Amino acid sequence: MTENQVVTVDGNEAVAYVAYRINEVCAIYPITPSSTMAEWADQWATEGKTNIWGNIPLIAEMQSEGGAAGAVHGALQTGALTTTFTASQGLLLMIPNMYKIAGELTSTVFHVAARSLAAQGLSIFGDHSDVMAVRDTGFALLGSSSVQEAHDMALIAQAATLEARVPFIHFFDGFRTSHEVNKINLLSDAQIKAMISGSLVRAHRGRGLNPDNPFIRGTAQNPDVYFQARETVNTFYNDTPAIVQKAMDRFADLTGRRYRLFEYTGAADAGKVIVIMGSAAETVKETVTYLVARGEKIGVLHVRLYLPFARDPFLTALPVTVQAVAVLDRTKSPGASGEPLYHDVITTLSEAFGAGTLPKLPKIIGGRYGLSSKEFTPGMVKAIFDELSKPQAKNHFTIGINDDVTHLSLDYDAGFTIESDKVISALFFGLGADGTVGANKNTIKIIGELPDLYAQGYFVYDSKKSGSQTISHLRFGPEPIRAPYLVQTAQFIGCHQFNFLFKTDMLAQAAPGAVFLLNTPYNAEEVWDYLPRHVQEKIIDKQLSFYVIDASRVALDTGMGDRVNTILQTCFFALSGVLPRERAIAKIKETIKKTYSKKGDEVVIKNFAAVDQTLMHLYQVKIPARANSTLEMPLVVPADAPLFVQQVTAKMMAGTGDQLSVSQLPLDGTYPSGTTAWEKRNVSQFVPEWEPDLCIQCGNCSFVCPHSVIRAKFYNQNLLQAAPPGFKSAGISARGFPETRYTLQIYLEDCTGCNLCVSVCPAISLKESGVKAINMKSKAPLMVQEKANIQFFETLPVNDRSRVDFSSIRGAQFLQPLFEFSGACAGCGETPYVKLVSQLFGDRSIIANATGCSSIYGGNLPTTPWTKNHEGRGPAWSNSLFEDNAEFGFGFRLTADKHRALATQLTRELQQELGPFIVDEILNAPQQTESQIRKQRERVAELKVRLLQLQTEPAFDLLSVVDHLVRRSIWIIGGDGWAYDIDSGGLDHILASGRDVNVLVLDTEVYSNTGGQMSKSTPLGAVAKFASGGKSVAKKDIALQAISYGNVYVARVAMGANPQQTLLAMREAEAYQGPSLILAYSHCIAHGINMQNGLQQQHLATASGYWPLIRYNPMLRQSEKNPFVLDSPRPRIAFKDYAYNELRYKMLERTNPAEAERMMKMAQQIVEQKWGIYEQMATSSGSQFHPDANLSD
Amino acid sequence: MDLSTDYMGLKLKHPIIASSSPLSETLEGIKLLEDSGASAIVMFSLFEEKIRRENEAFDYFIETGTESFAESINYFPSIDKAPKGPDSYLNLIRKAVQATDIPIIGSLNGITDKGWIDYAKQIQEAGASAIELNVFFLPTDIDMLSSTVEQRYFDILKAVKAAVAIPVAIKLSPFFSATGNMAKRLDEAGADALVLFNRFYQPDIDLDNLKIDPRAELSTISEIRLPLLWIAVLYGHIKASLAASRGVHSSTEIIKYLLAGADVVMVASVLMKNGPHYLNVLKNETDQWLTARGYHSLAEVRGILSRQNIWDPGVLYERVNYIKVLESFEKPSGWYGKQSKV
Repeated sequence: MTENQVVTVDGNEAVAYVAYRINEVCAIYPITPSSTMAEWADQWATEGKTNIWGNIPLIAEMQSEGGAAGAVHGALQTGALTTTFTASQGLLLMIPNMYKIAGELTSTVFHVAARSLAAQGLSIFGDHSDVMAVRDTGFALLGSSSVQEAHDMALIAQAATLEARVPFIHFFDGFRTSHEVNKINLLSDAQIKAMISGSLVRAHRGRGLNPDNPFIRGTAQNPDVYFQARETVNTFYNDTPAIVQKAMDRFADLTGRRYRLFEYTGAADAGKVIVIMGSAAETVKETVTYLVARGEKIGVLHVRLYLPFARDPFLTALPVTVQAVAVLDRTKSPGASGEPLYHDVITTLSEAFGAGTLPKLPKIIGGRYGLSSKEFTPGMVKAIFDELSKPQAKNHFTIGINDDVTHLSLDYDAGFTIESDKVISALFFGLGADGTVGANKNTIKIIGELPDLYAQGYFVYDSKKSGSQTISHLRFGPEPIRAPYLVQTAQFIGCHQFNFLFKTDMLAQAAPGAVFLLNTPYNAEEVWDYLPRHVQEKIIDKQLSFYVIDASRVALDTGMGDRVNTILQTCFFALSGVLPRERAIAKIKETIKKTYSKKGDEVVIKNFAAVDQTLMHLYQVKIPARANSTLEMPLVVPADAPLFVQQVTAKMMAGTGDQLSVSQLPLDGTYPSGTTAWEKRNVSQFVPEWEPDLCIQCGNCSFVCPHSVIRAKFYNQNLLQAAPPGFKSAGISARGFPETRYTLQIYLEDCTGCNLCVSVCPAISLKESGVKAINMKSKAPLMVQEKANIQFFETLPVNDRSRVDFSSIRGAQFLQPLFEFSGACAGCGETPYVKLVSQLFGDRSIIANATGCSSIYGGNLPTTPWTKNHEGRGPAWSNSLFEDNAEFGFGFRLTADKHRALATQLTRELQQELGPFIVDEILNAPQQTESQIRKQRERVAELKVRLLQLQTEPAFDLLSVVDHLVRRSIWIIGGDGWAYDIDSGGLDHILASGRDVNVLVLDTEVYSNTGGQMSKSTPLGAVAKFASGGKSVAKKDIALQAISYGNVYVARVAMGANPQQTLLAMREAEAYQGPSLILAYSHCIAHGINMQNGLQQQHLATASGYWPLIRYNPMLRQSEKNPFVLDSPRPRIAFKDYAYNELRYKMLERTNPAEAERMMKMAQQIVEQKWGIYEQMATSSGSQFHPDANLSD
Repeated sequence: MDLSTDYMGLKLKHPIIASSSPLSETLEGIKLLEDSGASAIVMFSLFEEKIRRENEAFDYFIETGTESFAESINYFPSIDKAPKGPDSYLNLIRKAVQATDIPIIGSLNGITDKGWIDYAKQIQEAGASAIELNVFFLPTDIDMLSSTVEQRYFDILKAVKAAVAIPVAIKLSPFFSATGNMAKRLDEAGADALVLFNRFYQPDIDLDNLKIDPRAELSTISEIRLPLLWIAVLYGHIKASLAASRGVHSSTEIIKYLLAGADVVMVASVLMKNGPHYLNVLKNETDQWLTARGYHSLAEVRGILSRQNIWDPGVLYERVNYIKVLESFEKPSGWYGKQSKV
């Protein structure tokens, strides 16, 4: 046994570390929560790190998980040791290949960060739905329960698959294990090598396809032999469990860490046993150990190798004394007689009983727990054991929720804890942007590196991308920490943002006598008076030690700017007692030196000063005897919010969604529109203020606002009589309307402070330097006035769409956005386009949204931004999957076409009853302009009245489809990962269909939502994950691909370069009654830019010729005109003058300057060549383009 | 005609040096300058502050948006690379030295002692023939004493001189209370050459947008007056070589500088305006002027109109001259509001 290096890493890194070392090929595709495994592999390959055979594995990103599985299959069939990393839907896409790989008895391990499957809703969080969905593929399923175990099983699985020839899924719980940071013993290369048999590796290679020894594999078989051939593999499955155990035993000899296929923990004479796998097994083990020490006769059987299910080892592991068994599954099989593990256990026990090898069949119940990372705690474990004691124990129970419909859930004591006194638990409430999580990861590393201490960290993020709250759960102690659940009671609570005290009841989790650290601008003498009452009460009741620091002030004074992470980390070390104070401070400084010395002595000195100043400005607050505050937590939503919002949405918003019962939630995933309006997030301290006298009412600010917080209305001046004093307005800047006023209202509580509005405002003061018609101001002084203004503004009538000029930016500002206050990043480059679609066509649109950023800010609970207008109309939105969105939206079109035809037919059939005049009118009405659509709506309303009067079956039939007589606008929205990669085939197909769908590609040139992985849209020379050496292939031109069909409307737009062209393209695309494709430049946080310069970057992208603005309109071809219009002028700056404002390009200059220079030259050439092609097209005649068969006579 | 000159120990074929401009930012540009006849090239300045800021921006953008959202804990591959240093600058020097036969002079603008010393050493190691210290410092802090400002120049010069063996030139500000004495003391402190003068950031005001307009403009002919004065004054009084910088737009200015006592003349704006090949034109015109007057070498004319070489220096270079300047000023038409008749 060798001495191992000890590291603190998360589960994904722990697994990737091993997988990388024992494979030659990795075919990958990003999907949460597995992405970082692939990212590590790609990064190590770029850095030249080698596997145990001294060569660098080949890493290939594919276009989808289906593609990755295909590549894996191919690499395996030709003899390479090959792996992949995936989760959830990704694993489902691999299923067809998995059957093949297993059927061909191929050695491989797929590492899966197990995650929920999208059903009534998508979830990125952990459970076993995905791995349970591949049970029949023939893959062995080996589960890990902790970071250390995941590291170890990655190796054991590989050793076993090489010998067994059965392929393996090695799975561990998504987020809970994949993202938990813990201290582990790192396997040495010697240990890894000792586990991997060279002869088995060579045998694997020898089975590969080889023209020097040809054979065929992958035949098509007939009824005569398929069945028998399918049975040939049985012995391999029979042998696998023993092979795995053998690998485990060899591993134990090498490392001292011993594992069993089924591992029993508990009383030798236990009467009650829980059977479970995954991280929750650790929770049950710890609880069992705690309860057994208190005299309970219980135990837990931890299943590691689930498939092939080894019956004898299972029976051997189970104590003979067992009377009752509860089998827990972290998945749901709707309609089945039980979940998978339950089935296997019950089969095994009853077969053994039937065969006489088991004298008595114990009571067996099954239950579900922990779906989508729902907490699973010791209290729940205890409740299950208690249930087993009942004579009528509930079978098919659930635990951790309140099922008040089918009453399957068990009650449990949420206050039951088993944590040792030796463990210090800490909770930190921070903002994503304040560095809290980074600092805590650092803290864990510092403590984890000490030989006498262990550390664990788990981080909970909220579902918004701007102003998001983070909660860090940390544990420290002298023993290894096995507690895969959130901190229940904490000895240390750090609140890094003062305003959180009014949003979250964080002290509910404070242990008696805990330390409470508050980052606040108020000093120790005054802070008490600013605390809400519930905080005061808990501080007194729990006798907390209360400390304050003004971290922002210390940061400012020590030159740290707005970085408070070092300061708050120092406070933790100074107060928590995890280490003696002197030792702790020395360790922090040591780490600072290590981390920052390469950045220069000044940075180190600055950080040292911050540490020292922190200690001097950290004050304990004297606690008064009684709470005296009159400040209360405000209502989460106002009392006039809809009932559902108050009773359900508000709970999720407040972080108490776990308390919602089954009956409170919608049955089928249907939720009300427009709930973001009830969530005033107040994420920015700075908001725009309007200067009516300077404003030229151009509408640009409103147009670019990513969060729809800038609204414009015009109205008769008489309405101002009811306005609150201070309400702002200006005469409308249009001739002939002397009585009309104009107001630009800022919804300041919803503003993220991105500054795009100010950057785009063209109106500048001629008197004051730097003052524009809209300027960022401190929010606090504006709040009272502006809230009153908003209230009044909302009483002003929404402008009549038929009186608005849709063709200008100035006009578009008066169209109500039906997409508002989303959780997108501050300054998002995508949402302004999405909002524009909602403004122009929202009241008659159905939107199919691919999974990605736009489905998260568009559809992640608790609140969603798609909303409706005062008539109750608005976009109907749905997300199916990532890989099918084009087809999904195409289905919308098929229904619309079918039901419109049906409505037309039924209307004709009812002509006599309805009256010929209305029928003719309604069926022949033009529906291009807003006023025509309004007219048609009136006709349909009239038709409905007449139909209701008829009260006949045909009339009811027509009523069910009659809304289709108003032209529907079908929009298919997604990012470049969707359009260029995973659904490229589907998109191509629907564009070739000729049907009227509108596709909006929000092109950020990278997989933004999963953290910046390369797509085929990523430009040459840009660095992205999976292209850490710079993308070496140019961006795919899907505009030209689509144009090649001849009957697709195609536009490339960039709002920051030419908003008017964007508007025009959107309208033309929608008006064109065939397929339309709009490629929209969307600046993104993943470009590494200051987001307030996003529009400027769009402008530069176009000015350099990199992003030429184009429109291809087949309608023009019909009239013999050139359908291809180049809307941007010739390149007038060099590509690098645009590109080098962005980190994605700059990064290569840093890591490989010569390559960056080469790429930059090549990129410039490509820009010039492409421009040449476009210019040639723009100067061609119409006859040189394909005709549109749908339009030609 | 022997135009050769000695610039701080560097033997140059003629006195016209290409100074920092976008032309010397690429190897192609550097080669072009040599082909166009430059006798030496002063590289653009390596700005320590710029490198530092780039590194700060790099760190900022790498960290922005991280640890905020469960699906995208970060947005870029983590790179285990030391912060950016002067590598690309040094590489260019290395390549330039290999690709040319003329002296390549590195230029450095530091902000910390460590920056000045380390970068100067690295420039030397990269093969530069000399270093020019571009002490670009604008003492906008009105509490800062002039002695503090001056001391800064000495400290930097001494530190760099102690660190490198190649010649060190120092580029001066024209704004010292006693420019001559400052030059003398720098000479005594070991400067191998003085470059007169640095062009400072002098922002304009944009009336349309009520903003400060930081754009730099190309130098104008009138800018030669100040360097001309001080070269003439210093010539013969210091050991260090004298380089004239600013305001050269034709051979006329070059010749004036040489007559005042410059060892070399630096040109940039004129090459930006007319192209690098114009350097050869300047050289030929200088040659022709000297030949036409019967000179045989540059040494014969250098400094003949310096302060020490004219019969009554007081008249030409001091107060009387100032009065002459005032007297020579011709009032433009319309002066005092009077319209001149046509």
